[in-house]
Amino acid sequence: MTPAAAPVLSLRHAAKSFGAVQAVADGSLELSAGEVHALVGENGAGKSTLVKMLAGLHRPDAGELLVDGKPVALPSPAAAQAAGIAVIYQEPTLFPDLTVAENIFMGRQPLLPGRRIDRRLMRAQSAALFGRLGVPLDPGRICRGLSIADQQLAEIAKALSRDARVIVMDEPTAALSAAEVARLFEVVRTLRAAGAAVLFISHRLEEVFEICQRVTVMRDGRQVLSSELAGLTADDLVRAMVGRQMPERTAGERSEPGELVLRVERLTREGVFTGISLAVRAGEIVALAGLVGSGRTEVARAVFGIDRYDAGTVAVSGRQLRKASPSAAMAAGVGYVPADRRQQGLVMDMSVQQNVALASLAGLRRAGLVRSAAERAFAADWAQRLRLKYGRLTDPVSLLSGGNQQKVVLAKWLGRRPALLIVDEPTRGIDIATKAEVHQLLVQLAQQGVAILMISSELPEVLHIGDRILVMREGRLTAEYSHREASEEKIMAAATGQLAVQAP
Amino acid sequence: MAPDVTARRWLSAAARWETGLAVLLLLIVVLGAAASPQFLTTSNLFNLLVTSGEVAIMALPMTLIIISGEIDLSVASILGMSSALLGYLWSIHWPMLAIFAVLVLLGAVAGLVNGLLVTRLGLPSLAVTIGTLALYRGIALMILGPKTISNFPAPYNTIGVIAVPHTDIPWSMAIFVVLAVISGVVLHATATGRSLYAMGASPEAALFSGIRVKRIKTILFVVSGVVCSLAGVLWTFRLATAVQNNGLGLELNVVAVVLLAGVSIFGGKGSIGGVVLAVLAFAGLANALLLTNFNQEATGIVFGAVLLISVFAPNAGALWARLGRLRKHQRPVRPARQ
Repeated sequence: MTPAAAPVLSLRHAAKSFGAVQAVADGSLELSAGEVHALVGENGAGKSTLVKMLAGLHRPDAGELLVDGKPVALPSPAAAQAAGIAVIYQEPTLFPDLTVAENIFMGRQPLLPGRRIDRRLMRAQSAALFGRLGVPLDPGRICRGLSIADQQLAEIAKALSRDARVIVMDEPTAALSAAEVARLFEVVRTLRAAGAAVLFISHRLEEVFEICQRVTVMRDGRQVLSSELAGLTADDLVRAMVGRQMPERTAGERSEPGELVLRVERLTREGVFTGISLAVRAGEIVALAGLVGSGRTEVARAVFGIDRYDAGTVAVSGRQLRKASPSAAMAAGVGYVPADRRQQGLVMDMSVQQNVALASLAGLRRAGLVRSAAERAFAADWAQRLRLKYGRLTDPVSLLSGGNQQKVVLAKWLGRRPALLIVDEPTRGIDIATKAEVHQLLVQLAQQGVAILMISSELPEVLHIGDRILVMREGRLTAEYSHREASEEKIMAAATGQLAVQAP
Repeated sequence: MAPDVTARRWLSAAARWETGLAVLLLLIVVLGAAASPQFLTTSNLFNLLVTSGEVAIMALPMTLIIISGEIDLSVASILGMSSALLGYLWSIHWPMLAIFAVLVLLGAVAGLVNGLLVTRLGLPSLAVTIGTLALYRGIALMILGPKTISNFPAPYNTIGVIAVPHTDIPWSMAIFVVLAVISGVVLHATATGRSLYAMGASPEAALFSGIRVKRIKTILFVVSGVVCSLAGVLWTFRLATAVQNNGLGLELNVVAVVLLAGVSIFGGKGSIGGVVLAVLAFAGLANALLLTNFNQEATGIVFGAVLLISVFAPNAGALWARLGRLRKHQRPVRPARQ
């Protein structure tokens, strides 16, 4: 099955930084026709950035890209399409009010005389595409309400109709059921037989072994392994992906959990999460693991009062919280470091100082007026404690690096001396050194008696920081492990719904 | 500190919108004085201030609302509704104090309707207040019909003519100054003011910081309603006439002043100092155009241009960058394909 021909696409030594964060340091990739190539790595290893380079969304700072042996620049998504590269995202972005056929031919509809759109031809060609893929999807259907699996198929049909020869699938199976995955794999085999080069990105290694022939492993923005899959084991891949061990919390750092701080009982938001019951004690770090979209962030938002919930209760330090009121949650001692720090954590136009003080203004007033000296001292104090790197406290927070911005968000909440701190993806998109600092900070806070609920998609983080690990899948809690009994395999099994194969 | 950073700070201070406005104001005064000998006379300046009093007053709550990321286009209709009700109640012989109490209530209710529609139903304030702009004007017409009420007694109907004792400042300007000081303190020195900037610059981050976005916005609309109702009283007494179309179209002047003040139409930026300067610049410009017998049909063009420039200039950097990005994307790219 190994084609002798030159690779269809080869990316060599690509690099890309965002501010101080090096997302990809040395990314290389070779895709051949008639081959499904797996790209694996931990969250933050640089896979998505690599994909965005191929999609024409990010320009690499260095490196070269060859298509059919010729150097190509991809300054825009249109250029990527023209080069024959199509990207199927985990959640496709179709126009919801148009039909499947209209989406497939968006921007290049077949025309009749008088520039009228030839709908009949469009539908016939769409139907033919689905025929080639072997899936019965009605081209006349409006896209709104299509399952994610069907939307992906529409995207694949679109890619085929553009004669794409490189098809990139960015975690296509993350939100699919087992039957949908099986159908998608049939389609992938069809594409492969037709000579397409497929790049398949997945966290699920068993899928990689099922469908792929070659694999590239990335770690910390570098290619660390590229080889035929035959002869490799899942353990080989995991070892290549993880590479380094995170410092384990020592027994001394793990404090005895104290009083109950957060108690969530049967919290339900219809269609989002169901029957969530959990507790976090003082001095305890509870990690909430699960796939993206499993409802973890939504639970945190409901606890903090951003969203309403339909049933259940949230109590902090024995006091039941009012629904949908962040200010009530804050008064009860809850702090929330959201996942999207640029949109939710920070006011990017405001200064470092103003952002740090934003949740604590009530305590910095005299006779109703905010004392700027007190505000400055407050911000300077927290900046020093968290070793924030900044020019001036009055600089816009947007000038800081991602890691330092995250420190500002942490300072903003630590300044309120919370009893419960919810952190959502606390180290996403920040550099490794700052990441370690954030981990250390969370451990210290727990030692000081703060109850911490940490949502994280990074399993090493979950395993090494968490005292207890809860796993969510499709809006429900599916497993709970102590840090002693937890393992990546157990968590992934609970997160992906393969608990049955798992010995208790 | 690196020298280029210092230079940048110095430049950004010099490029502050308020600095530019002060220069513009100076320019208008100099040119106005040069163009017409009447421009700098006490009576003309009094006239200039008194005719822009209501717009100036209404611009203050509008500033807070636009900074918070919303807009209230119903201000002039609330003024008209208040004027009509004042005329009607006076015509059926209500005591003036009772009328004032009713008008405060009227403004509060009108603002509350705006605020609740925006915050509780989550409708865009632009659409909501275009709706209430028509609605409140319609109510004004229902209250007073085509009638004109003008028999207001002496202490009231001289408000547009006499100055605050021992000064040359008209009453409406004095009220504006007091309200401007209050607004300035609230906006620039209180936690609420900081919250307004935060919710305008990033509504989501404000919500995630525990700021009571809905409550604060509702209160702003109520305050705006009350202030505009009060402006309706001033307007009525200044013209000594209550009629349903009082202040028709005035909302555009109010928005124009606020934008000229450097308040970002996208929210999150602006200052009360800028508003004070813009009120004076706008009044000066209107007055100078009038004195120099500038073609009356063309004044609309001048004001429209000022409005557009004030929307464009503060965002010029961002708009320029966006244009650059567009150009980059439009550059045709034909990668090598066999």
